[in-house]
Order: sequence, then C-alpha cells, then structure tokens
Amino acid sequence: MTIDDGVRRLPTQEITTHTDSREILANAARDTERYGLDDYFIVDVDSHHVELDSWPEILEFLDSPVLKDTAHQMMRNWPQASHLALHNHPPGLTMQDVSGRIPHQASLAEETPGAASGAERDVTLVRRAMDAMSIDVQVVFPQPMLETGLHPQPQVASALLQAYNRWFTSQILPREPRVKTMLGLPFEDPDACLATVEEFADHPGVIGFLVTSQRHAGVHRNAYMPLYRMLEERGLPIGFHAGPNQADSMTSTMNRFLSAHAMSFVTCNMTHMTNWVINGIPERFPNLRTIWIESGLAWVPFMMQRLDHEYYMRQSDAPLLTKPPSHYMREMYYTSQPMEWTDDALLEATLRAIDAPNTLMYSSDWPHWDFDVPGRIASLPFLDDHAKRNILGETARKVFGL
Amino acid sequence: MAWRTVVGMTTTLDGSAPPTRTYDVGAGEEIAERGRLVVTVGEGADAVTVGVFRFRGRLHAYENRCAHQGGPACQGRIVSRVRERLDDAQRSLGLAFEDDSMHIVCPWHGFEYDVTTGRHPGRPDFALRPVTVAEEGGRVRVTV
Repeated sequence: MTIDDGVRRLPTQEITTHTDSREILANAARDTERYGLDDYFIVDVDSHHVELDSWPEILEFLDSPVLKDTAHQMMRNWPQASHLALHNHPPGLTMQDVSGRIPHQASLAEETPGAASGAERDVTLVRRAMDAMSIDVQVVFPQPMLETGLHPQPQVASALLQAYNRWFTSQILPREPRVKTMLGLPFEDPDACLATVEEFADHPGVIGFLVTSQRHAGVHRNAYMPLYRMLEERGLPIGFHAGPNQADSMTSTMNRFLSAHAMSFVTCNMTHMTNWVINGIPERFPNLRTIWIESGLAWVPFMMQRLDHEYYMRQSDAPLLTKPPSHYMREMYYTSQPMEWTDDALLEATLRAIDAPNTLMYSSDWPHWDFDVPGRIASLPFLDDHAKRNILGETARKVFGL
Repeated sequence: MAWRTVVGMTTTLDGSAPPTRTYDVGAGEEIAERGRLVVTVGEGADAVTVGVFRFRGRLHAYENRCAHQGGPACQGRIVSRVRERLDDAQRSLGLAFEDDSMHIVCPWHGFEYDVTTGRHPGRPDFALRPVTVAEEGGRVRVTV
C-alpha cells in the first residue's frame, strides 16, 4: 500500500517561530489569485521589523559616549540585556503571542542565508512578507521602540530614537526602495523633534514622522506648534501610532492581555484625537495631513458622535472650531488594521462615517498577532472596486506622494 | 461543467454535486493520538490542503483554511481547551486545561477550533470546512 499520486505532505507540519515567512503566509499568496491582487497597487502603511534583533548594531549609532558606555556595560554584564540595553521593553508585551499560539508574533527566527547583518536580515524578512501578500510598498516601523514614548528617562528615549533613525535610514532604506518609513519623534522634547525633522526629512524613503505610543503629553501644547508648522511646510504627514500599556491607570485593573490590548491601543489615540480636534489644530495647520495608526476603526464613529454631541452644547470650550469635530475627523486619514470585522452592518457604517474611500489606507501590521492580509479589504462585500483600489493603495499614493 | 466558488463552498452552476476523488494519504499509524498529518491533494487550481487529526482514536479532517482570514489553521498548535474554574461561590480558582479536549489553533491569529466539530468554541458558526476521512486496513483516505 502506498500514498496516491497527487498527494504531497507539507514539509512543515506545524508552523513555529522557525518557519519561513513565505510558508507562514502561503495562504495569503492564494488571495492574490482569488482577488486579482496583482492588478492592484498595494501600499501597506503600517508594518514592523524587529529592531531588537539588531539592537547591538543600532546602539553603535548612539552619539553620547556616556550612554554608549552604559549600553556596552549593560550588554556585557546583564545576562538578559544583550538585546535590551537602555530599552523600556514592557514585560506584558511577551503575552502577545497567546502562549505560543501565534508564533510569528514572538519571533521570526527563520533562516536568512547570506544575510551578514541585522539590517540585511531585516530587509530579507520584509521582502518575503511583501511578496507573499502582493504588497508593492511597505511602510516599516520598529516594534518595541514604539514604546519609547513611555520611556522613564526622556533624554535616553531621545538618544535611542536618534540612533535608531540613523541606523534605519543608513542601513535599511538604501537596501530596498520599496521600503518606506515614518520616523519616530522624541515627543517629550519639542526641540529634539524639530532637530529630528531637520535631520531626516529629506532622506529618501522617509515619508513622514510619528508620535509613538506616548499618552502623557498633550499634543495641543504650544511647544509643539513649531513642529506642526515645520511638517506642514515640508508637506510631511504626522502619524499617531498607538501602543498598548498595561500599566496605564485604566488598564492596571485588567488581568488579561486581551482586555488591556483592546482598550489601551485605542484610548491612546482617542486622547490625542480629542486634544487635536478640540484645540483646533486642524484649523491652525489646515494642510498638515494627520494619520491615525493601529487603533482599528470602531472608535472613530464613537468619537465623532461623542465630540459632536458635546461640542453643540459647549461651543465656547472649542472656539477655534468652525465646524463640528466629526467634520475635521472625516478629513484625516486612518490605517485599517486591526479592522473590526465582526459585524458587517457596523463595519459598513463605520467606513461610511469616515469616508473610507478617501481616508482609509490599508495596513497589515505584519508580523503582529492581529495582522490583516490585503484580502481582508478585497473581500469586503459592500465596497466597489474604486473604493478598494483607494484603500489598498491609491489614497496612500496621494497622501505620501508615492 | 461550469464551476464557481462562493465563500469557500464549491458548487456547480447546475446544482449538482461536484465530482470527488479519494486519495490514500498514508498509514494510520503515522498519525499518533493528538497528532496530525497535513497533505496537499490534487493539482493546480483543484489542489486542496487538508489536515488529518487523531483524537480519542478517531480521525478528523479539515481544509487548511481558517474561517477568519484564510490562515493555515491545520498547521498551528494542538492544545487542550482552557477553562476557568469557579468555586461554589462563583469565585475564580484560575485557569486550567481541559485534558479530554483537543483544539487546533490557526497560527495566523489564534482562532481555536474543537477538533471533533471543527467549530470555534465561542462562535460555532466560525468553522473549518470538514473533509471526509476514512481509516480502513491501516490506511488513511481523504475524499475531496
């Protein structure tokens, strides 16, 4: 008795952290044929590489000899710090992979033959994911560094961001023109934000700047106005990339990662959105394009209704506004992931509320545990082809001048 | 005969059942208790990847395509269902594995399926497509 012709055993019976990305994403490649995705221009506006894999290389880009010495001593002497020195990696983040159920969240530990550096390895991994998901341009961000906005020592956060930004622009971007990035701003230090924009704005592949995860600085503070003016004048978008934190006052009561992630990733951007709109930042900088990243979409119609309702009764609290808050929100941009898809009617209403054909931009968030493949957009039953093309890439082409 | 695929279901335009073919995919002894065998059968556009699992001695088979975003659900972790134990006063006693259970977990996003039903434990309408499997004479055959 033998196995029949036409039967092939998969070489990988169980996907682990060591499985090749192309094999993990093989089913996404099938969507390419199913939805004709090769015929779409697809821009992924939010994806990640694992910068801690290259951490010793990145720390070599630190300016300060004192901080560099601190980093070297940490890496040499602390048993677990070889890829964490100076970093504020939140311990709760290691719950993200649901106890090994979602291996790619924990690590992409696959082979990358010939990659001589962390940067070469990163570019290889990014290319594999892009090709598997038929993505033409991918905007790549770090992962744990997005928590830098919550670093307990702002001057260390600024130094780490500067080192990372120099490493990324000199080591990653030149290797792959399909990779773009919005660089993190050291938001606790408004002057350092200006210096960051001055240093990197003209670098090829830098298509905007990010406020990362922090939720303790009011984005309406006067100290930030020169930053917004500078970005507006240069035609560079500002993105607010949310991040979870189980130590926030609200999430500190929560005993499950699910709870903290569901709330914290959204309230972070809800806070900034509220301050941004109610203080009339869109009136002050009408040509500054604003992007809300990785908070999903369900919060947006909630905030539109909530802020409009309050504004109608308390117009004097928001005197810079010349129209309801929701109207400003409809003129901003949103990345799609993680798109709450569990109720078609609610999702359709959400997309209508935000004028999705003109404001929504596809994002995968690969390799995070709640990533979305492009087929997620292509399969939506209530969008026409024009809307799908805009969401998958054409709106991003316009926003970023691609 | 004309074909169409609607949300993972293949039907014929005239309403008749599509033709099937049975494949010998291996020996039964190759699939241990709580183990699996994942195979692709057929060629080209007709190829189907199937996971065959053994639980309490019986075989169960499903297409390797998650009901969520189409991930390779049959290639994920095999794990017992997690339960939360309560005492008589409804106080939590913490989490525990239900030993006599077997879930297969899609490695893309963690969707879990009871291997005996192919259904998500909290949303039974999220289900893997079952595949007919038989074990006869020590051989495992799937029909797709």
